[in-house]
This record gives sequence, C-alpha cells and structure tokens, in this order.
Amino acid sequence: MGLTLFDKVWESHVARRAEGLPDLLYVDLHLVHEVTSPQAFESLRLAGRRVRRPDLTLATMDHNVATGDDTPMDPLSEQQLAALARNCEEFGVPLYATGSGREGIVHVIGPELGLSQPGMTIVCGDSHTSTHGAFGALAFGIGTSEVEHVLATQTLQQRKPRSLRISFVGELPDGVGAKDIVLNAIGRLGVDGGVGHVIEYAGPVIEGLSMEGRLTICNMSIEAGARAGLIAPDDVTFRYLEGRPGAPKGADWDAAVEHWRELPTDPDAVFDRELEIDVSEIRPQVTWGTNPGMVVPLDGVVPDPDDFDDADARAAAERALAYMALEPGTPIQEIAVDRVFIGSCTNSRIEDLRAAAAVVQGRHVHASVRAMVVPGSAQVKRQAESEGLDRIFIDAGFEWRRAGCSMCLGMNPDVLQPGERCASTSNRNFEGRQGAGGRTHLVSPTVAAATAIAGHFSDVRDLVPA
Amino acid sequence: MKQFRTVTSRAAVLDRPDVDTDQIIPKQFLKRIERTGFGEFLFFDWRKDPAFELNQPEAQGARILITGRNFGCGSSREHAPWALEDYGFDAIVAPSFGDIFRQNSLKIGLLPVTLPVEQVKKLAERANGGEEITVDLEARTAGGFPFELDDHARECLLEGLDDVALTLREEDALAAYEASHTAPVSTLAI
Repeated sequence: MGLTLFDKVWESHVARRAEGLPDLLYVDLHLVHEVTSPQAFESLRLAGRRVRRPDLTLATMDHNVATGDDTPMDPLSEQQLAALARNCEEFGVPLYATGSGREGIVHVIGPELGLSQPGMTIVCGDSHTSTHGAFGALAFGIGTSEVEHVLATQTLQQRKPRSLRISFVGELPDGVGAKDIVLNAIGRLGVDGGVGHVIEYAGPVIEGLSMEGRLTICNMSIEAGARAGLIAPDDVTFRYLEGRPGAPKGADWDAAVEHWRELPTDPDAVFDRELEIDVSEIRPQVTWGTNPGMVVPLDGVVPDPDDFDDADARAAAERALAYMALEPGTPIQEIAVDRVFIGSCTNSRIEDLRAAAAVVQGRHVHASVRAMVVPGSAQVKRQAESEGLDRIFIDAGFEWRRAGCSMCLGMNPDVLQPGERCASTSNRNFEGRQGAGGRTHLVSPTVAAATAIAGHFSDVRDLVPA
Repeated sequence: MKQFRTVTSRAAVLDRPDVDTDQIIPKQFLKRIERTGFGEFLFFDWRKDPAFELNQPEAQGARILITGRNFGCGSSREHAPWALEDYGFDAIVAPSFGDIFRQNSLKIGLLPVTLPVEQVKKLAERANGGEEITVDLEARTAGGFPFELDDHARECLLEGLDDVALTLREEDALAAYEASHTAPVSTLAI
C-alpha cells in the first residue's frame, strides 16, 4: 500500500520507535517567539540543560511588539522581549529582533527566508505553525513544556494522528480566494471536525493556488481542530523557494528538488477520512459568530439559532449572537463596522497586501471606520513600500504600521474597544480575541478592503467604481 | 511534573462546547514570564458575570471541571492549563479536547478525561446534585465510568516523570539519527 505525504514525512523523522511508547520525532526547525518560550528557557536553566541544536532554532519578536511609533510599550511587555533577547544570547539561539530587518510574524518569516521546506518537521509554540505545511512540511503548534523538550532534545514525544484528505474540485468563482475556501471548509467540518487529524489539502483548486494562498489555507487548519495541514510540494513550491537565503544552492538544490518530487501522496495511499468540496458555488465568506466555523456567504444573512438541530449548537449560536449584538435574518452586507484590520499570519503576505491595495486604490476609507494594515514582516513591509502599496493605503486613509501579530490577538496596544465591530483578515473571532468586548468578523483581504471603503461588509464588485 | 493519582471532589459544571483558550486565559496575561500565578485570571472576562458557573457557591473548592466538547480549542498557550491548575483544578472531564490543550495538560499534571457525551452529561447531573466525583487514574475511572489513557501517559502522570529527562536517556538514538540525517537547513548560516 502506498504512503501519504504525511506518512513519508513522519516516518523519515522517527528517531526512536519502541513498543508502547510514543515515537520520538526529530524536529528539523524550531521557531521561537517571546510569549511561549521564557518559561521553557527558565526550566532549562534550572535543570542545567543546554539547547541541543541552536542551528535548527530561530527566534523572532512578533506577538507582543509595538507596531506604531505612537504605541508605547508597558513594562511587562518590555520585560518579555528583553527575556527573549537574554535567553537567545545565553543559549546561542539566533534571534531576529525588532529592528533587525528580518523580524516579523514567525509564520511569515520562516517561508520568506526559505527555511520552511518540503519534507521537514517544523514546530513552534504557536498553534498557527500549521501554516508551514503549505510547503509539504509537517508543521504543528506545541505548548511551552514541549518547547522546552525540543530545545533540550530536538525531538518531541508524539503519537501519530489520523489522516484526513480534503480534495477541492470545481471552478473557483471570480472574487473568491484561499481565505474563502478555508473558511467554507471549516464551516462544513466544524471547529472540532479535524481534532486528532492531520489534513492534506489536495485537488486541482489547491494546485492552482499560489504559495501565499496555500499558506493561508494551511494556517487555518487548527481552526478546524487539526494540529497540522499540508499540501504536496510542486513547481509552485520550488519556484517560491529557489534563491531564498535558506534554500539549497547549486547541486544541492537539484538534489533537494529530486527528493521533494518523491514526497507527494502515492496514488494508492489510504486516508483515515476523505472529504471532497466543490468550490464552484462558494462565495466570499464572512463569520457571524464567535468561532471560525460560524460562517456564511457575504450575500447571506445572520442565521437563526432555531435553525440548528443540535441543542448545543443552538445554545452556542444564541450566546454568539448575544455577544456579537446581531439579530437573526440581518443581511450581512447591512452590518456596519467600526474597524478594519488587514494583517496576521493568515493574510499579511505581499500578495494579500497587493490584493487589498488593488481594491482601495483611488478610493477612501469610510468616515466612520478606522482601518489599519500591518505587514507580516519587515521584508513584506519593505517589498510593499518598494511597490508603492504603502502610499495607496495611506492615501486611502489606512494606517500603515510595522510588522507584528498586532490586532490578531491584541497583546500589544492594537486592540478593539468594547463593543467595536471589526472586519479582520485574521484567524480567530473568539470572544474578546481582539480586545475585551470587541466583535470580530473574519474575512479575506479583498472583502476587508472593500468593507473599509463601504463602511459595511461589502464585495469589491459592489463598490462605486474608483 | 506534578503527580496525579486520584482526586475526590465536588465538580464544577461548565456546560458549553468549544471553550477556547482565549476565554480560559485572555492574552493580556500572557506577558508574564513566570509559570505560576495565573489562577486568579482564569476565565477573566466570564467571571465578571455573577451568573457565570464558576462564581456559584457550589462551584467553590471544586477540583474537577466537567465541560463540553472541544474544550481548550484554539491557541497553544500552556498558560491555559497553568491557569486551570493554579485555580485548583486537578482534572477536566469532557467529550473531547483541543489536541494541543490536551497535550499541554498531560505535561503539567492536569488530567484531561475524555468520556462519551452521554456519560459526561450524567456526571454533570450528579455533580449538579451535589455528589462528589472521584477521578482515579490508577483505575482509569471517572465517577465510575472507565476512560482511556495510554499506558505511557498514565505512568508519567502517576510518577510525575520529567519527560525531558526520559528523552535525554535516549542519547544513543538521538545521536544515531543525527549522524544518519543531514539537517535540511541551518539557521546560523542564512
């Protein structure tokens, strides 16, 4: 029987297999940031342990950094950033600190530096580590105890999850992109539909996506409960990687590509579960509730809790509508927003910013909306500025900020005020996620941009021509 | 790691699905660089509501939390199990858990107990009726219902084993793997 991509990556990283014990899975790349690492380094220090492979470890500052000159940092945040710098210095871990020019959201810099490659195992103390699966890597989030375990041993004790393949078929309609596809898939699966599984995204629609689009899809695997999501490497992957600082060079490159071409799932491989989604009828998606599975089309209406068969789902919908201050039956496009956030590890790469800029060019942000763009990394910011995207956003009335996680999780001063409603390109619409009492609706970059202009949820096709 | 053997206690019931780690411990408390002291911030926003389940007199002193499916979904923050443990919980009983939350809990000695939804509902009814519940890891039962947990995870919890120390004993296997596999990247060489 053939093997899946996931099988191949897993099996080639088992450093020890023993009866009754979890596998010891070797980690090729360990990404570290300021929020989930200080306690792990402290435990190493207390136990007198070292970092086994600093050369397979990379740290950056992203979750808790200021993104504007007007945002002073509180002492606790300063202390956390200083702790990371001190820990990296002491344990010999390379760090791209704020101002280094290579800093940014950990899931944006791994790919852009060419460090995230097919067939690798990649972990980070962050649930959106699934992002790197877009390269055909097995990438997943871990907690601080496991961060400590990887720092000390470069391995993880893991039992192999089950496999789920989602095949996307059909013709992708105009104006519908990766974010809409993955939100729609989460809506179908439910936020726990992927628990205990690793998802492989496959099919002609996935093959037709850019690397940026694939990163967006894999990024949100965790929102369906799956710890990892991956996509078979192909020429799109190789073209993206070639020439990047971490990518192999010369003869090594050719050998690597030859190896990578053997990674895709064998035709006769069997998955534990299979699902097929026809994308032909998918429209731009907007979440209405307090988890990413609560999602409807932009031209739809807020659902009625009474329409849910399951009592738990009905109660959850009622709670969500109360929190979101929405009435059943309200057309989504009639919902006005106060804020628009374009950023996060889901949608802050150059292609996302180009797509949003194309919508706002020659237009102006609605008078009642405060809108901001937060590039995913210092490199994305420079690239966007070299293309003049910053001027397009600023001229349209957007704030153009420095790289970081920013209002995706609101650890820094970029937060919603209680009751504010936000169209956000991020990944979580949990209660208070972007600020206590804030109301988050997840959308694609183009819908976020059009919504900023219109002042209510809008499709670019409904805007007055610029 | 803290040892876990058995706990007998009243149980708090939080009957809702998909409780995410942002609710368990909101982001403003993730700035701390310590591992302790998160309990007072557990369910920070929800606890502002006097009607919230954990604010009820019968929930005080509970060391077991009975809750809905997919508990602990979302972020990988280990601060969530730290907060639950620091608040006083030793075991969480639910029909399912977020994968990372479950793993994080096992690593710190907070026992995640997975039971079929009907049994969780029965336990919740018994807890709401004032009955004390026993979670016995050696017997792998919760309120008399048998639950599954693999032998290795159970032994680590029963003995409070340090799994980093366990893995470091496998130095021969680690070194052999490293000798036979060229690292695909070096973060020091870019």
